[in-house]
Amino acid sequence: MHRPIHELTDAFRRGETTPTAVTDEYLRRIEALDGGIGAYLTVTRDHALAAAEAADRRYREGRPLGPLDGAPITYKDVLCTRGVRTTCGSKILERFIPPYDATVVTRLGAAGAVMLGKGNMDEFAMGSSTEYSAFHPTRNPWDVSRVPGGSSGGPAAAVAAGMAAAGLGTDTGGSIRQPAAFCGVVGMKPTYGRVSRYGLVAFASSLDQIGPFAQDVTDAALLLEAIAGKDPLDATSLDDAVPPYAASLQAGVKGLRLGIPDEYFIEGMDTEVERAVLAAIDVLRGLGATTERVSLPMTKHGLAVYYLIAPAEASSNLARYDGVKYGLRLPGGKDLIDMYGRTRAAGFGPEVKRRIMLGTYALSAGYHDAYYGRAQKVRTLVRREFEQAFTRVDAIVAPTTPNVAFKLGEKQDPLAMYLNDVFTLPVNLAGLPGLSVPCGFSAAGLPIGLQLIGRPLDEATILTAAYAYEQATDWLKRKPSLA
Amino acid sequence: MIDDRDVDHVARLARLALSAAEKARMRKELSAILSHIDTLAEVAVEGVEPTSHAVPLVNVMRDDDVRECLPAADALANAPDRAGEFFRVPRIIED
Repeated sequence: MHRPIHELTDAFRRGETTPTAVTDEYLRRIEALDGGIGAYLTVTRDHALAAAEAADRRYREGRPLGPLDGAPITYKDVLCTRGVRTTCGSKILERFIPPYDATVVTRLGAAGAVMLGKGNMDEFAMGSSTEYSAFHPTRNPWDVSRVPGGSSGGPAAAVAAGMAAAGLGTDTGGSIRQPAAFCGVVGMKPTYGRVSRYGLVAFASSLDQIGPFAQDVTDAALLLEAIAGKDPLDATSLDDAVPPYAASLQAGVKGLRLGIPDEYFIEGMDTEVERAVLAAIDVLRGLGATTERVSLPMTKHGLAVYYLIAPAEASSNLARYDGVKYGLRLPGGKDLIDMYGRTRAAGFGPEVKRRIMLGTYALSAGYHDAYYGRAQKVRTLVRREFEQAFTRVDAIVAPTTPNVAFKLGEKQDPLAMYLNDVFTLPVNLAGLPGLSVPCGFSAAGLPIGLQLIGRPLDEATILTAAYAYEQATDWLKRKPSLA
Repeated sequence: MIDDRDVDHVARLARLALSAAEKARMRKELSAILSHIDTLAEVAVEGVEPTSHAVPLVNVMRDDDVRECLPAADALANAPDRAGEFFRVPRIIED
């Protein structure tokens, strides 16, 4: 029953099954499997069944809303859902009930999508393993002793394990692409500004972007089409027309110029990942793409730039959790300042505190120019060298991550955890679109991701290339074996 | 490198009442992260404009129209403490 949305909704149209029947099966599967995976923080059973029933009616009356009508999906718990608890994986928002929907939730709702629940995540999207969720970790469906990646580990694992047909996550430094790679699903971060961030609980506002998790590239294209476009409620959302991504997937890669960055094949990376990615590039070449080496020497500074800019923005964004307007408050403070300090110390977990401290330090008097100011300048250089590369190539191909999914508890040192994102975070710094598509498995049976990076607003090219690759291979047919 | 006074100062700015154990750990971890970050000093940035935003949007304008906004009851619904239509906070001014 677990199949891509475009197949499900075809079956709905043909009357072979109904949104209610499929939603019911997904809910049953969540009940049976999620105890062992931990992909969900909240399951919205009644909500889902009511939405599915409404979709049933539309199909019966012969007027479905479109290709997503009746599709059961999951939202990362950083996306506000009206009347449904939105925790951000944090104790400080454990009981927060948003009074409005995020724009992406409104848009998918209007397209007929059925919300199954809210997906687990690293607290405030800060992490690469979903171990930093304040509630429980999520396990990788391919090997439950390993992490699903993060920070959007819940939605990624749910789609991989057949506990949602698709999902939405957020990507600030790799938080969609890295878990997509670790879980063997398709994950995409659109161009900064392509998708409205209204109702996305802010982490690093100049880097955050919402995007889809999907079982195949067609679904990713359909979901992006539904959520993209200008939103008057987000001044940073872009006005540019949204192209018909799904309809143009079959354009092929003949003559497409792909750049292979030297700096994304580094010493210390997993040789199985390197081999799988190089083999995938050969497949694309066989389909008519041309390749050339490109150089992105600032890649090695990406991590340092990111770990100044993202925490700086986070330290400012998270100042709103003050125990006054919403969220946790610790009672009995001797004055207001004392109440703030105690509430925030109790409500935030160790990684969030670490980043607030780092960001506050980087912005503080005497250090601002040396740290934050310098990072913003190097960010310009990161952006420029991508621009340079895109004068010669149409897209860049690289590994999504330097390694396959690691074991729970394996990365105790914060810096070791951060190093997981070296191949994904430059894309956020430059505001580019990037996606991860499965390109093989390690000998131990763990998924490997191929990353495609495009020019600003050129999601169409990387989706088309990923589609061509997907059609030429059958990695997506492999599913994890779960009890 | 970061010392105990830095940690105290930054924790105060960030409104985080950290325990002694947390402070000790923070000093160690932030020092390690900052020593990695210090590699940025190698990069020549003279004359480079800073990027605050990857997309060159400036001054996004809209008409100054009145539109519906969040009702007060909804805005207050998640408040940990309230009095009528107000958020209630611990006293900040002595009688």
